[in-house]
Amino acid sequence: MPQQRSRVRVRIHPLGDAALLAELGARLDTALNTRAIALAAALQKRRDVRRAVAAHGTVTVMFDPDQVTLDALAAAIRRLAGKRPPVEEPGRLHRIPVVYDGPDLADVAARLGLTAGQVVELHGRPIYRVFLVGFVPGWAYLGPLLDELVLPRRATPRTQVPAGSVAISGQETGIYPFATPGGWHLIGRTSVRLFLPDSDPPSLFRVGDRVKFFPGET
Amino acid sequence: MTAAFRVRKAGLLTTIQDLGRPHAIASGVTPGGAMDRFAHGAANLLVGNDRGAATLECTVRGPVVVAERSCQVAITGGDLEPRVNGVAAPMWTSIELSAGDELAMGSRRSGARAYVAVGGGIVADRWLGSMSTNLLVGRGGMHGRALRDGDVIDVGSQTDPPPSGRELAEGLRPAYADHALHAIRGPYPTPAIFASVYRLSPDSNRMGYRLDGPRVEGGGEEILSFVMVAGAVQVPSGGSPILLMADHQTAGGYPVAAVVAGASMPVAAQLAPGDELTFVETSMEYALAMRAAQRVALESLTIWSM
Repeated sequence: MPQQRSRVRVRIHPLGDAALLAELGARLDTALNTRAIALAAALQKRRDVRRAVAAHGTVTVMFDPDQVTLDALAAAIRRLAGKRPPVEEPGRLHRIPVVYDGPDLADVAARLGLTAGQVVELHGRPIYRVFLVGFVPGWAYLGPLLDELVLPRRATPRTQVPAGSVAISGQETGIYPFATPGGWHLIGRTSVRLFLPDSDPPSLFRVGDRVKFFPGET
Repeated sequence: MTAAFRVRKAGLLTTIQDLGRPHAIASGVTPGGAMDRFAHGAANLLVGNDRGAATLECTVRGPVVVAERSCQVAITGGDLEPRVNGVAAPMWTSIELSAGDELAMGSRRSGARAYVAVGGGIVADRWLGSMSTNLLVGRGGMHGRALRDGDVIDVGSQTDPPPSGRELAEGLRPAYADHALHAIRGPYPTPAIFASVYRLSPDSNRMGYRLDGPRVEGGGEEILSFVMVAGAVQVPSGGSPILLMADHQTAGGYPVAAVVAGASMPVAAQLAPGDELTFVETSMEYALAMRAAQRVALESLTIWSM
């Protein structure tokens, strides 16, 4: 499919005096994420940029204010964002076995008007995209979920979610790499280690990767 | 590399910190590093280290350490009553210790975090390019944990020691007592944040400060998470703001009302639970002028020999 040269409107917000947020769009959208990843990669090559990290449809840019002003960097970002993004290499595919016995599975099914088996089938059907690695080490925001599975997050977050829990919330799904507090609905668990501190990089997932879940012992 | 100190009492939370690991954000690992980068950098420069060498970050109730050999140290940041062999030790000044000397911190007189740099730089576990202690993952610094009684702290060799007794002039140190944090409007500006007095809740740590005070409208709106920076003031549902600090979660989905200017982060780092603070809306120009003034102050410490 030929990529069109499109005029992307970028909103630039300062994040203090040494960082900015470049927002290409606020929707959960694979094309926006592709553009954000390409923009981050282009910005990372600049001497005056310390880090540029893509997340969903945004790029957070940490820059050296001794070398570049916010306005000059914003102008450069607008130029880069207007360029045709490179044809994306498909991200690495990870197949993740899941035991679907999460404590919220029955409740999720009831609230969605589905059976537990249908929730499992719908969760395993798409190949998800990694829209962002972050929050805690190794956590990845994966999506989009099929519309049938979209639920707001739990009203009361749990104070402790077990490591390896597979969860859904809104249009996204994810796996808790550590035992942490969490407000997502727990539908299963996996023993795949998402974060290996002594590997480099330590996170299994990278932004742009693809993830497929399947029912299976882990 | 040789042993420089034995830890007699570890204190409340004493960790090894440098300038952190910003490139690890892509794996979801917090950048970490010294909370008060000015004090950390000044301590290092006073003893002739690079400003990014590892130091001890001592929190509220400091440690007691004994020198294993003679060394040059500098203590900066919050005033935790430092003493050498029972005698009050000057801060923001390079001092000589001999083998057997005891460096003891007491309790906070002002500020919350003191930094101890040692000539040659502290040498500890390096993880993802940094010796900073990451308590969540358990890597970096002293085996990924806070210091314990009996630990031994190693130090690199000091090749070209500067003269002792060098001092950072009082007028060049941060005005820690002024708890007005200069901040720039964030992507979701909420002017109310600049009009209220907040107090650090007991649930505040190196990850972030929970702020008690008037609730902020418009909090908790669900937005897709983006990558965060230290200094961001998040407004989660419930409306009680959170100020992100050095060990912050790398991404978040709450609106960011304001971001504290880099030059005010040392002041923020010296706050402890119960302290009051305000946010003062600041222009980019003023924030950059403050940043430049701090850089000049630190650079004054690099000129000592030709």
